[in-house]
Amino acid sequence: MTGWGRYPAVTGLEVQGEDIRRTTAGATLCRGLGRSYGDSSLIPADDSTSRRFAACTTRADRLLAFDETTGMLRAEAGLSLLEINRLFLRRGWFVPVSPGTQFVTLGGMVASDVHGKNHHIDGSFGEHVDQITLQTADGRVIVCSDQQEPELFRATIGGMGLTGHILEVQFPMRAIPSPWIFEESRRIDNLGDMVDGLKEAADRWPMTVGWVDTLARGRHLGRGILMKGRWATPDEAPAKPPPTKRRLRVPFQLPNFVLSKLSIKAFNTLYYWKHIRREKRGIAAPESFFYPLDALLDWNLIYGSRGFTQYQCVVPHTADNGPARRVLDLFRREGGCSFLCVIKDCGAEGKGMLSFLKPGMSIAVDFPIHPTRTPALVDKLNELVIAEGGRIYLTKDAFTRAEHFRAMELRLEAFNAVRQRWDPQGTLRSAQSVRMLGDTP
Amino acid sequence: MKVVVLGATKGMGRSLARLFAERGDQLFILGRDAEDIDRSARDLEIRGAPAPVGCAVCDLEDRHTFAPALEAAEKALGGLETVVVTAGRFATQEAMEEDPELAASVLTADFTGTVLFCEEARRRLLARGGGTLCAFSSVAGDRGRKPVVLYGAAKAGLSHYLEGIDHKFRAAGLKTVCIKPGFVKTGMTAGLKPPPFAGEPDQVARAVLRAIDRGRPVIYTPGIWRWVMLIIRNLPRAVMRRIGF
Ligand SMILES: Cc1cc2nc3c(=O)[nH]c(=O)nc-3n(C[C@H](O)[C@H](O)[C@H](O)COP(=O)(O)OP(=O)(O)OC[C@H]3O[C@@H](n4cnc5c(N)ncnc54)[C@H](O)[C@@H]3O)c2cc1C
Ligand SMILES: NC(=O)c1ccc[n+]([C@@H]2O[C@H](COP(=O)([O-])OP(=O)(O)OC[C@H]3O[C@@H](n4cnc5c(N)ncnc54)[C@H](OP(=O)(O)O)[C@@H]3O)[C@@H](O)[C@H]2O)c1
Repeated sequence: MTGWGRYPAVTGLEVQGEDIRRTTAGATLCRGLGRSYGDSSLIPADDSTSRRFAACTTRADRLLAFDETTGMLRAEAGLSLLEINRLFLRRGWFVPVSPGTQFVTLGGMVASDVHGKNHHIDGSFGEHVDQITLQTADGRVIVCSDQQEPELFRATIGGMGLTGHILEVQFPMRAIPSPWIFEESRRIDNLGDMVDGLKEAADRWPMTVGWVDTLARGRHLGRGILMKGRWATPDEAPAKPPPTKRRLRVPFQLPNFVLSKLSIKAFNTLYYWKHIRREKRGIAAPESFFYPLDALLDWNLIYGSRGFTQYQCVVPHTADNGPARRVLDLFRREGGCSFLCVIKDCGAEGKGMLSFLKPGMSIAVDFPIHPTRTPALVDKLNELVIAEGGRIYLTKDAFTRAEHFRAMELRLEAFNAVRQRWDPQGTLRSAQSVRMLGDTP
Repeated sequence: MKVVVLGATKGMGRSLARLFAERGDQLFILGRDAEDIDRSARDLEIRGAPAPVGCAVCDLEDRHTFAPALEAAEKALGGLETVVVTAGRFATQEAMEEDPELAASVLTADFTGTVLFCEEARRRLLARGGGTLCAFSSVAGDRGRKPVVLYGAAKAGLSHYLEGIDHKFRAAGLKTVCIKPGFVKTGMTAGLKPPPFAGEPDQVARAVLRAIDRGRPVIYTPGIWRWVMLIIRNLPRAVMRRIGF
């Protein structure tokens, strides 16, 4: 078993089945489509004497109720966003919050409390979840919501599967005026302009995000492309719904040298200058707007045998953009170079007890793993993030130390208390919770 | 089309029922767990099957459930055009050799139960002037093989039966469609190591839908299994005794 970053790898049993309650009963952890990057969806390494196993939910994907007037949808936790989009976009509905890939399950969207390009107005996915049906460690099935078992509800949103197995999720879909996006993008020269651009766009655009060239330095630090979007009105949109595009697949694991500092640099420079006109606008398909990376299946194989990780943090906002600047600067100085770097201004903190985002700037960088340099780099970044009063995103992490996490996560005690109450034996755990929350291996 | 599916809760049956639903066919589903088939019925409605998708309890190991279940389906749909049985059981040869109870229940479900269910469906379809009867047999029924002696025997009997009624009743308007899946990645094969040409349930379901629409008497799916089985059917006994396949 591995996450999307293909590091670390754990040997262990994984079971699957349509009957989600039976499949997850007695499981150590649930996993969906394995799109978390590090060890969030892995069970602790097994000594083969224990009977621990991970329950994969992807076959439990039934839609259970849909109200055409309110948009309220209830479905089993293994239902993928890909399938939701396939069925609902053409009918004029979209999820209230979407991450940057549609290869995720509803269970994973709740457990990581995912965010999207609309976080500055709509918050994360958990804010919109109406009700969760959960199987707790002792096998009880509990329905929780803001009214029923609100503590368990808040701990489960963003709780990384550690409070129970999510069986069903209920949330309202949003009516959209057309299945197309109106997009505007702008080439940006430096970090100050990027942050200003995001802030300025926040009032007028429901969806915004910035891409940053991490190799640019000095006065070009933070240069990149600012993307803004909204759903197209029926008279702007083409008459037909967007076609389903054929996806290409990376056929095998590429050799490690393919993704070198040089090729990453070339890619970033190209991407920046491809946007030769300063500003572009027009109609785009939701697939290319929300999920540009999904066009290439198995793209994680590009990183070769060493695997890769993503470091995503949120740091507070200041007038001089100091915290964000220092994170980008440290990353570059320490020799980090990222194929993709995404920056986003964030809205209010969510209700989830361990939900990642809070007001500030989120920065995400991807990089291939080096056995010694990567842990050292993550340590340095974490020390800076702690000093700045920020935190990291568990679903992307593979290297953060427990003491660093404790220092940045002041809500941990409250979360642990809920876990203690619902799972006193400590049955539910992940490789990540052993590494970072002090669970027994 | 008015379609009855026995087995829509899982695997290939679930995939196939969803294809019927998405093109707007009128569905009625049968299965052994009342609450579970009800959940599947809701799923099919949201995916496009005209509501309500009705359901009734039917257990392949209890033949007394067949007539009432099909009666309920016929009534709710206002007729019958296509009846599909994807339901079936599997157990490994070793498990069935050790446990005669298990062997009895797999053999009953996959042969006696399935054949008697098809008989009930056949009578009802013919009474309405014909239609399509589709049942899932297996490549395991094509040759006696070491890993699937008992399961294969039940499926061989089922394939024979389906061929026989196709010969006998096609002229009267009843099209019989025998599906022979190769290895497909479903809950049934979860514990087994997938061979090179393992199929996905959605891919198989698309091929089955085409076969039903065209009234093809037999299909192998994924298609490559037709050639694999051609070779296996022609291997000499001396070879079959020696290999593990
Ligand atoms: C290309 C790419 C882009 C991404 N973009 C974004 C983005 O923009 N915003 C964002 O927020 N995230 C983003 N992500 C991360 C992704 O959205 C999350 O990791 C998400 O949780 C993955 O869902 P999954 O179904 O694959 O879950 P997995 O990776 O399988 O599991 C993730 C976590 O959820 C838990 N879990 C899964 N199912 C259940 C269940 N039924 N019950 C209880 N716990 C469960 C697991 O235990 C694990 O802790 C991106 C990932 C990729 C690969
Ligand atoms: N998978 C393969 O590789 C493969 C290969 C060759 C042939 N086949 C055949 O193809 C068919 C479908 O297989 P699959 O892999 O999709 O199977 P599956 O995922 O295991 O699903 C089996 C279905 O049959 C139902 N069922 C089992 N026993 C029943 C009974 N006694 N009464 C009523 N329903 C019963 C199950 O209902 P519940 O929800 O109640 O469990 C389920 O819907 C089977 O006939 C199988 O023998 C499969």
